[in-house]
Amino acid sequence: MKRVVVTGLGMVCPLATNVEESWRRLINGESGIKKVKSFDVSDLACKIAGQVPSENVEQKSDSLFNPLDYVSAKDLNRMDAFIIYALAAATEAIKDSGIDNATDSEKERTGVIVGSGIGGLSVIYDTALTLKENGARRVSPFFIPSSLINLASGHISMTFGLKGPNHAVVTACATGTHAIGDAARIIQVGSADVMVAGGTEGSVCRIGIAGFSAARALSTSKNDTPEEASRPWDKSRDGFVMAEGSGILVLEELEHAKKRGAKIYGEVVGCGMSSDAYHITSPLPNGDGAYRSMREALRFAEVSSDQIDYINAHGTSTLPGDLGELRAVERIMDGKTTGSMSSTKSAIGHLLGAAGAVEAIFALMSIRDQVVPPTLNLHDPEETFIDLVPLKAKERTVKYALSNSFGFGGTNASILFKAF
Amino acid sequence: MSDNTADKVKAIISDKLGVDIEKVKDEARFIDDFGADSLDTVDLVMALEEQFDIEISDKEGQEIQSVKDAIAFIKSKC
Repeated sequence: MKRVVVTGLGMVCPLATNVEESWRRLINGESGIKKVKSFDVSDLACKIAGQVPSENVEQKSDSLFNPLDYVSAKDLNRMDAFIIYALAAATEAIKDSGIDNATDSEKERTGVIVGSGIGGLSVIYDTALTLKENGARRVSPFFIPSSLINLASGHISMTFGLKGPNHAVVTACATGTHAIGDAARIIQVGSADVMVAGGTEGSVCRIGIAGFSAARALSTSKNDTPEEASRPWDKSRDGFVMAEGSGILVLEELEHAKKRGAKIYGEVVGCGMSSDAYHITSPLPNGDGAYRSMREALRFAEVSSDQIDYINAHGTSTLPGDLGELRAVERIMDGKTTGSMSSTKSAIGHLLGAAGAVEAIFALMSIRDQVVPPTLNLHDPEETFIDLVPLKAKERTVKYALSNSFGFGGTNASILFKAF
Repeated sequence: MSDNTADKVKAIISDKLGVDIEKVKDEARFIDDFGADSLDTVDLVMALEEQFDIEISDKEGQEIQSVKDAIAFIKSKC
């Protein structure tokens, strides 16, 4: 089997519109969660979210997102926000990797696998209203292609001329991690040399918040102090905070990367997947599915659990989810570890289908800079022997970094990176 | 109808097909000259329907292929 390394990173998230600034703000302990002002939240139980900084969304970032940097004015109504975020993150990742100079034959060996949890929820909502109020003749011919999940991969392929495998993953909040794992496998068996992989989400809108609120999944107690709302493993946590953005990685076959002298962030050494076979939204209380997902990633990599230096947890800040994952990590560590685990959702919220990809990037940055990001708002933690990196980033050795993602439907995925 | 109609039609074409207004000449064809696809032309016809508050059948819509066609059609309907 061929070895797979990461040679490019791109990101749009509530902290910033690129990897470096997002990472700097994350390590500084800053939060991207704010009151929602860009649409009416007066009747919603949750009035906060992690929105991408733009002219309409107040954030303290230096960078502001402008869709016209990535698509023409004419094309704006052909794609929902989740596609535009993916194009932005892919543009950064592809430039970072240097594969933008690829030859035609290399592009035939370069694929795309970018997924989304929900896809074009906002355009589906708007079009349903148009259909009801104005009739079928007013439904846009761009409605379907602007909302289909695989059109993120499609647009990346068209924009950059990438003619290899074109695919999309849909596993709710595990999407980003599954996309990276599947892309790595495509390279491992030789079906492509390079894969542009990740996740994207743009479903912070009225119907999105209303839906997750109805499922009692969102935090509702900190609407006036939004930066305190996402508090994984804190005993007072009361749900997750929705967020939007995209994370994209360029994965590459090792010899291909070496031959062109590419910068290497780390090696993908293992990907584990499992299912709870239990419930539509709740995870197994004992975290057995999460445990088996991590165990499989370690088995594939031939790495023992005591070698893991950092886990970027799924850690959404829900009562059952955080506890199940904590029990699973305690079990896999078998009572002892020198590793650290944090949840970066404490700073950026839950990017759903993009979460796993954005968090994989943070795991790789922790390897690059030998520092692990903090779990914000963790004042009263659940009992555990695991270091949860409360409140402040921590400098430490990071050779192996694991990232977990779990989704509705009981799907679990874990990806393991090794310093190169 | 005044030339005002022609100007309005040209403005909609410019907006929907992403073409500078100066390039929206009477003889220009949507697909050959502006690179429009079948979805663009449907979207354009819908915008014309909305702006001029008329109904354009699918058959009529398919026959509108140039700036001149669009202006002539709208003038015949309004």
